[in-house]
Amino acid sequence: MKSWTFRVIGVAAAGVLLAGCGTGGKAATTSEAASAGGAGAIRDLNYAVVIHGNPDGSFWNVVKRGAEDAATQFRVNVEITGDVEGANQAKLIDAALAKKPTGLVVSMANPDALKASLENATSQGIPFVTINSGAEVSAEFGAIGHVGQTETVAGEGAGTELKNAGATKLICVIHEAGNIGLEQRCKGAAETFGGTVENLQVDLANPQGIQSTVKSKLLGDKSIDGVLSLNPDVAVAALAGVKDAGSSAKVGTFDINADVLKSIEAGDILFAVDQQQYLQGYLPIAMLVLYHDNLNTVGGGLPVLTGPAFITKDNVATVSDLVSKGTR
Amino acid sequence: MSAEFGSGAAAIIIFIGFSIAAPAFASREGIGNFLDPAATLGIMAVAVALLMIGGEFDLSSGVLIGSTGLVTALVTTQLNTNVWFGMLISLAFALVVGLLNGILVHRTKLPSFIITLATYFMLWGLNYAVTTGVTDQVTVSGIADYNGYDSAKAVFGSSAGGFQVSLIWWIVLTVIGIVLLTRTTAGNWIAAVGGNAAGALAMGVPVARVRIGLFMGTAFAAWLVGQLTVIRYASATVTTGIGQEFNFIIAAVIGGCLLTGGAGSVLGASIGALIFGMVQQGMPLAGLPSELFKFFLGAILLLAVLINLYLKKRAQGGKA
Repeated sequence: MKSWTFRVIGVAAAGVLLAGCGTGGKAATTSEAASAGGAGAIRDLNYAVVIHGNPDGSFWNVVKRGAEDAATQFRVNVEITGDVEGANQAKLIDAALAKKPTGLVVSMANPDALKASLENATSQGIPFVTINSGAEVSAEFGAIGHVGQTETVAGEGAGTELKNAGATKLICVIHEAGNIGLEQRCKGAAETFGGTVENLQVDLANPQGIQSTVKSKLLGDKSIDGVLSLNPDVAVAALAGVKDAGSSAKVGTFDINADVLKSIEAGDILFAVDQQQYLQGYLPIAMLVLYHDNLNTVGGGLPVLTGPAFITKDNVATVSDLVSKGTR
Repeated sequence: MSAEFGSGAAAIIIFIGFSIAAPAFASREGIGNFLDPAATLGIMAVAVALLMIGGEFDLSSGVLIGSTGLVTALVTTQLNTNVWFGMLISLAFALVVGLLNGILVHRTKLPSFIITLATYFMLWGLNYAVTTGVTDQVTVSGIADYNGYDSAKAVFGSSAGGFQVSLIWWIVLTVIGIVLLTRTTAGNWIAAVGGNAAGALAMGVPVARVRIGLFMGTAFAAWLVGQLTVIRYASATVTTGIGQEFNFIIAAVIGGCLLTGGAGSVLGASIGALIFGMVQQGMPLAGLPSELFKFFLGAILLLAVLINLYLKKRAQGGKA
């Protein structure tokens, strides 16, 4: 009898030990897999992120990184797709919904195009968070929260900066026709700028074209003394156009890349509006996981703002490293 | 001949019109400025026109511009090599893409529209995946710090008095294209293959070589424009060139190329690129809303096609 009891206790103890070892080992492997990039999901929670862009712009790549990092840390699955066209984005949402995800993250540059798809999400009981654009209609559409920079507020910030730098006549360079967010930035800038603001349409895929068009505009109207770019790659080409035209116009931009950072260091670009888009990838995943586990919501119907933060000559050194890591 | 006359006359009218609307347009600065985007477009339009005369399309030519720039930048910065070495690898890459396009189109007999559409998406995906995979970013910069950049800049990225060096490349390529098409056997072959490939084959024209050569030609032009961009801006971005392929086709069509192949003009294509550049730059100079640019582009394209149609009908009427 006694020996039998001991044996049971022994086996149990060994079991506990083994279990202990097992957990330790398992934790180690998952964190290894996790650091290798999102493959370490141990919870069967699947989140779809559908953005209004190819996930290959300077900008969206950082959003993607944020979402992937959140997926790794919360050990869930995240799948990211996107298309610049509203109707195509809606189709991608429908495709994502067909897989019955735990939650959905959607950027809303063109809310009307996505309305039906998001109603589908609601009727299927799939919670969603909107990011980037679309703060105005997010709650109305039934999102549990919105994470983004209100484009108008960010534009207002940029307008103020340019005004304070002494500019009086501004061109706002739009690189993607039909993107409401870009229009709102220009409108916001016009609110606070005080002087004249004119929009200038260019093509993101053609740097020579951007440079020449900015130069043409500056040659055509010598009184223009401010240029607001809405994309870092556009900023580089636009700056070249400003220099070519022999203009002393102040240049500001939205978002950053290595070249913009260098130009800020050199004093050629006044500022970059940083909307910290890493947060727009990261926070919604965190919010959706918290909602799943604990029914938490953030913002109470008001957007959670990720910007505008400004990168200027004063703080450029501190963010450079993070930019090269792809998280800023 | 007549196609060049039509587009040439249009170019002169557009030039005069913008010069009146905005005197700065006709200044040295203004001229240099519209010649800048026209040059890169024109280099592509010459190669694309030859390809279209040969009866094919290349939808991958735009994105390949971005690819070749990325290859140059990535090879140089990641392998820590001379910039010229990066450009050489990039050239090899471009020619392989052209070779594959040509072989696939020739062997499968599928429309080149479909084959190069596939190449377009594959290159787009590779541009993005490889660049972000290697650098964690979508813009590769910093090649200005590597050996050979200064000499490369002199050849591909310099400017003098507001005129870019790309202008010289454009002129040289246009002349080569004209001579090739109008003065050589290969030129006759191109038109023959584009007009009636089966007939050309029966006449002993090396159809396969012509087709593959033409696709390698657009790939070479894409490489050249890719280098003119990556060296000038000292950085390469994954979005560069995407969607530009239609502009090349538009320039070629404005210049008199038929969508059915067999006829067209290299000089016309270059004039088409010139018109494109003038309208693109003249509008902001004249204070016209830049949002209307695409409308005018479409209107010019429509007008050019209608004039071509009229001339073609009249030519046929004359024969009958």
